[in-house]
Amino acid sequence: MATAAITAEREHYLNKEYGIRSWLLTTDHKRIALLYLASITFFFFIGGFFALLIRLELLTPAGDLVQADTYNKLFTMHGQIMVFFFLIPSIPAVLGNFLVPLMIGAKDLAFPRINLLSWYLYIIAGVLMFHCIVTGGVDTGWTFYTPFSTAFSNTHVIEAGLSIFVAGFSSILTGLNFVVTIHRMRAPGMTWSRLPLFLWAMYATSIIQLLGTPVLAVTLVLVVCERAFHLGIFDPTRGGDPLLFQHLFWFYSHPAVYIMILPSMGVVAEIVPCFSRKRIFGYKFVAMSSIAIAVFGFLVWAHHMFVAGISLYSAMIFSALSYLVAVPSAVKVFNWTATMYKGSISFTTPMLYAFGFVGLFTMGGLTGLFLAALGINVHVTDTYFVIAHFHYIMVGGAVMGYMAGIHFWWPKISGRMYPEAWGRLAALIVFLGFNLTFFPQFILGYLGMPRRYWQYPPEFQVLNVLSTAGSTILAVGYVLPMVYFLWSMRYGKIADDNPWGAAGLEWKTASPPPTFNFDETPEVTWEAYNYEEIPAPAEVALER
Amino acid sequence: MSDSPIAVGQHGPELRHHFASVEQQRDAASLGMWLFLATEIMFFGGMFCAYLIYRMNYFNEFAAGSRSLDLKWGTINTMVLICSSLTVALGVRAAQMGKRKLLVVLLLLTLVFGLAFLGIKGIEWYDKYKEHHIPGQSFNADDLVRDYPQIHIDQQHEQIYFSLYFAMTGLHALHMIIGIGIFAFLTFYAWKGRYTPEYNTPIEIGGLYWHFVDIVWIYLFPLLYLIDRRPLR
Repeated sequence: MATAAITAEREHYLNKEYGIRSWLLTTDHKRIALLYLASITFFFFIGGFFALLIRLELLTPAGDLVQADTYNKLFTMHGQIMVFFFLIPSIPAVLGNFLVPLMIGAKDLAFPRINLLSWYLYIIAGVLMFHCIVTGGVDTGWTFYTPFSTAFSNTHVIEAGLSIFVAGFSSILTGLNFVVTIHRMRAPGMTWSRLPLFLWAMYATSIIQLLGTPVLAVTLVLVVCERAFHLGIFDPTRGGDPLLFQHLFWFYSHPAVYIMILPSMGVVAEIVPCFSRKRIFGYKFVAMSSIAIAVFGFLVWAHHMFVAGISLYSAMIFSALSYLVAVPSAVKVFNWTATMYKGSISFTTPMLYAFGFVGLFTMGGLTGLFLAALGINVHVTDTYFVIAHFHYIMVGGAVMGYMAGIHFWWPKISGRMYPEAWGRLAALIVFLGFNLTFFPQFILGYLGMPRRYWQYPPEFQVLNVLSTAGSTILAVGYVLPMVYFLWSMRYGKIADDNPWGAAGLEWKTASPPPTFNFDETPEVTWEAYNYEEIPAPAEVALER
Repeated sequence: MSDSPIAVGQHGPELRHHFASVEQQRDAASLGMWLFLATEIMFFGGMFCAYLIYRMNYFNEFAAGSRSLDLKWGTINTMVLICSSLTVALGVRAAQMGKRKLLVVLLLLTLVFGLAFLGIKGIEWYDKYKEHHIPGQSFNADDLVRDYPQIHIDQQHEQIYFSLYFAMTGLHALHMIIGIGIFAFLTFYAWKGRYTPEYNTPIEIGGLYWHFVDIVWIYLFPLLYLIDRRPLR
């Protein structure tokens, strides 16, 4: 339908204007999404570089590659960059920015200039963080625990704290924009019960961003004030309470895990029905489980503090509440599986990543239940078991979902297809590399290897070598997509408007979309995920 | 509204291209501001939480610190802010009725009240400075120990009260400064005649912000000044 000649002439958001000004001053949500894509990819590789240095240091039991102090900075910078500069903005700021207006049939987000402002705030935060790294970094761990961060650390805590404070406001503004847009900008006929599940997930994520991030912001303000002006709020030598810091910090930072994972769940809920050619099983349950995760997520923070000196009774209550999160999570996994059951499954790249997500998220989630149990938690606190658990959620879950989403919507974003064979190869490499990196860490942690140490007893070496080997494979799996995505922008096959035969509103407009998304405001007259009525394109059907 | 000059589908000068109607644009702006205020509640909430815990743990020190604040200035400042909220509310009304001159006067009055508040706050902070009640190296609460021999006062814990006092009133003052900036901007455009009965959303959502900052003070005043003012035996 779209030949190269016609597409080259048609005006769309990428060729409407050229030049650096047209990008840096744009208010088009699609262009801002691409600005975010470039910036978070940059930080992803910086954070990944630190991760590789950590793994290289742990190749041998002796601390020989870097100094102990440097090692403390490496894991701190890895954590802060990956959490605040990659994972939290990843799907919301890139795919969310691109898709929220497209999926509801709007011309743009409700506040386009605030959207651009949020990117600039992200960049200011990024510059601060980058300056902090090159002038010596921080060694507090990404958690900024007091009183170490306020009284003892001699690194750039204030600058890192301010950087994350600013990044937090970027995140708040993105969330605010999404909630208002989803409430007020839906096209006629786009009722709440027809809303794509990706948007239910984005809505739940935005609520967490709105209500959680300010608490982190004020906590960091207090830490910075305590360091700079010697207020005594968290310092036990002056009657302050370090546990209060931990409560305030985890009140945000536990829900922040759901800021990272919920969007990926939304992506998977779009991809699984498309490549199973079936309506999603239990639409309402999948939608409401996103909201339930957002609500429960605010009630479980103290499970990070079981050994920090909270009372046994509150530990028991937080333990019980933590189990509750498993219910909506399991609802999602069962519904995706039920959607695939007797579906016509195509093994395309996004679907392979989605498979990876479901499996790895399930493992990460189940080991989360181990950690919610008080007895086991005490046994494995601050060991590699915890590291492995949250990397299964954040890398195996969130990053897999992000990769799935980028591949799935790449034709819409760029107007070109990525090379399918390379895509599937990369998905396989990521899956194998990931498991080789992190599965041994479960065993290491169970055997008692503590986290955040640069040396370890020689009996742990075999498993550590496996983990380091896996991390290099994982790195190849992440570099490969970057190479072929860049390649495909110029040489990829021209994409149809709807190459997957997908049901969402975003596929009803051209690829890439025009600046105002739709030539005229669409009217939705069909139910969501009506895959019975849409034939699969021949290319998708061939991948079965 | 169907007979208003900016009807649905037409592009009035104030209607941004991506909205279908002025109503939709106003609803979006208003919802956006309410959500922003929700984040502000959480932002101040962290500090109120810290306040709650330390007030329970160190009640004597909090009460003594509270007595050392100047009740007269605190009360005057509360009245000043309540008056400023009145002028803002009347200003929104004036904008809706299209009374340009009245709107400008009311906005200017709001600015005066806001600046008066900050001035009085400055006087109070300066008094604290003179009394060595600013947390840090030179903090000294000997005067409170001397003045209230009836209650046991720990100097370190007293410092926590003043840490929270400065953190909370400082953050509130920062919000006042931002609010004054916003209202200076609104006053300028009101004087230029930008706001009409059809288009006055900036006045409305700017007013929401101002009222919010006032309400924070309405909580701060009793929490900081009125902890325990009973006569000591």
